[in-house]
Amino acid sequence: MMDDALAQAVSLLASTLRLAVPLVLAALAGLFAERSGVVDIGLEGKMLAAAFASAAVAHVSGSPWMGLTAAVAVSCALAGVHAYACVTQRGNQVVAGMAINVLAAGTTVVLAYAWFNEGGNTPALPDPARFRAIELPLAAALSGVPVLGRIYAGVVSGHNILVYAAAMLVPLVSFVVFRTRFGLRLRAVGENPHAVDTAGISVSWLRYRAMFACGALCGIAGAYLSTAQGAAFQREMTAGRGFLALAALIFGKWMPVPAVLACLLFAFADALQGRLQGVELPGIGVVPVQAIQAMPYLLTVLLLAGFVGRAVAPKASGVPYAKEK
Amino acid sequence: MKNAALAALLAAGLAAPAMAQNAPAVTFDVGGKFDRSFNQAAYDGAEKFKKETGVQYAEFEVRNAAEREQSIRNLARRGASVVVAVGFNNRSAVETVAREFPNVKFTIIDSVVELPNVQSVVFREHEGSFLVGMLAAMASKSGKVGFVGGMDIPLIRKFYKGYEEGAKYANPKADVLMNMTGTTPAAFNDPTRGAELARGQFDRGADVVYAAAGATGLGVYQAAKDARKLAIGVDSNQNHLHPGTMLSSMIKRVDVAVYNAMIGARKGTWQAGVTVLGLKEEGVGWAIDEFNRKLVTPEMEKKVNEAREAIIAGKIKVTDVTAPR
Repeated sequence: MMDDALAQAVSLLASTLRLAVPLVLAALAGLFAERSGVVDIGLEGKMLAAAFASAAVAHVSGSPWMGLTAAVAVSCALAGVHAYACVTQRGNQVVAGMAINVLAAGTTVVLAYAWFNEGGNTPALPDPARFRAIELPLAAALSGVPVLGRIYAGVVSGHNILVYAAAMLVPLVSFVVFRTRFGLRLRAVGENPHAVDTAGISVSWLRYRAMFACGALCGIAGAYLSTAQGAAFQREMTAGRGFLALAALIFGKWMPVPAVLACLLFAFADALQGRLQGVELPGIGVVPVQAIQAMPYLLTVLLLAGFVGRAVAPKASGVPYAKEK
Repeated sequence: MKNAALAALLAAGLAAPAMAQNAPAVTFDVGGKFDRSFNQAAYDGAEKFKKETGVQYAEFEVRNAAEREQSIRNLARRGASVVVAVGFNNRSAVETVAREFPNVKFTIIDSVVELPNVQSVVFREHEGSFLVGMLAAMASKSGKVGFVGGMDIPLIRKFYKGYEEGAKYANPKADVLMNMTGTTPAAFNDPTRGAELARGQFDRGADVVYAAAGATGLGVYQAAKDARKLAIGVDSNQNHLHPGTMLSSMIKRVDVAVYNAMIGARKGTWQAGVTVLGLKEEGVGWAIDEFNRKLVTPEMEKKVNEAREAIIAGKIKVTDVTAPR
């Protein structure tokens, strides 16, 4: 019984990690954009375009790394378009972001149709063209060790390389944003671009760089969806994850670690709902599927309404910067 | 005035390019005509018609609920010989439009609309699911088999109930795990979540999983392949997707229904009313071919075929959860 419960917990936590990766990457991407003063609701579109690019290139080249490179390139290109529209041309950031989403949703399907003739999907990738699960050293040996060994073998080990990359990117992004000169300027430009400009630093160039960082991270997230977690691109496969990541970012008050925790929470709720369906809960009985599937949303509403407190966005976020003449 | 012009423009945009006189038309459901499952079966039927008669049919792929009625109305207005609406989701749209165009023939698949100009084709999916349920239980080493459904609706519950009864018929001690992907039509197009649900079932001990979830199933089959477990396809013969891990497919001859409607309208044999296709009519069945031959032992094949005869003869009663009580 005890053993069974542990096996369940291990499986649940592993599932949480797998589901959290695209959210975490997208939330970190959004962090760069918004900290620099660009509201980015185009995370979804960048991820989707990246997912398509990586699946298509991995299919043609047979290499997931080529796919990842293409994903990052395409996503950065879209981020560049976004930056051009709302930094250089000072357009409305929300409209530009939405345009990216619409553009990606349409273009991916049309290109997939034209190139692969499978109705907006890409062909299923063979194993060598995907990021496969990696056994960490000693996982097999330690799996016999009670509790800790099981957790190491079941939860920590056995993911693909992008999961570990995402885990390492969290402290890295934290470091860049809070401990480097670039990070300091990034935060400043999102709060008070005039001050940054007065100090002789280019506001536009900073925002462009932030958007490219955002694009690169979205690119990895997209590649994860289609070449690591999945094995093909399917239309609209991001299924709102970009927006969920944005919610997590607000939830985490534009700070990397709290935002990542929020992503983990969303992923946990999602993993849990799959496992609670049709299971008899002690004292409650079988809960209807609909109620369980509503759980992640209820949780979000409750937490956002009750526990987050005031989430204050970077002051200049959403405001195009115009140099005084 | 401006609005009217816009509406006309939109209507023209929605419609496919010029339709041949007296050509049939088909609308595919969410998931798209290349979902390799339900919609693809419909597509195959339409293609067969085109090949035999040389008549190009008109088609429309529904992307969201708002487009249903509009697309069916457009096809009817442009004089289709018969408008084939694929999927239960089209029920109310067909009902509305069929009243507006009493002289146009409509065929709806998977639902019943009782109007003098509508032909309704429904299947006895529970019978086919019973057979693959038996296969699953006989192939399972753990005695636990899984089911991943798409949208939680009575039609999908019908697949589940038949599957469960079949599994318990072959092995009274069999455990059947069940998950529904979601509560909106998007649940038929979410392979990422499908894969995660399947992994959850494998972690709980299942070693055969049956997906009745449209394009979501593609994720389920991929997960089964990755985990070296068995999967059962649905609607189309999906055995070829992953030879070696696809145990079988529950075939639903949507292709025959679509083909019959189109050819019937051409030859003048089309009739309104309800058609029910079960094992007896070979409207449902299970697939055995070169891709899964090695996974099905002669003994399994014999037992399943015996059960098939018994169901046709009425000796085995499979519960139909959608039947009026």
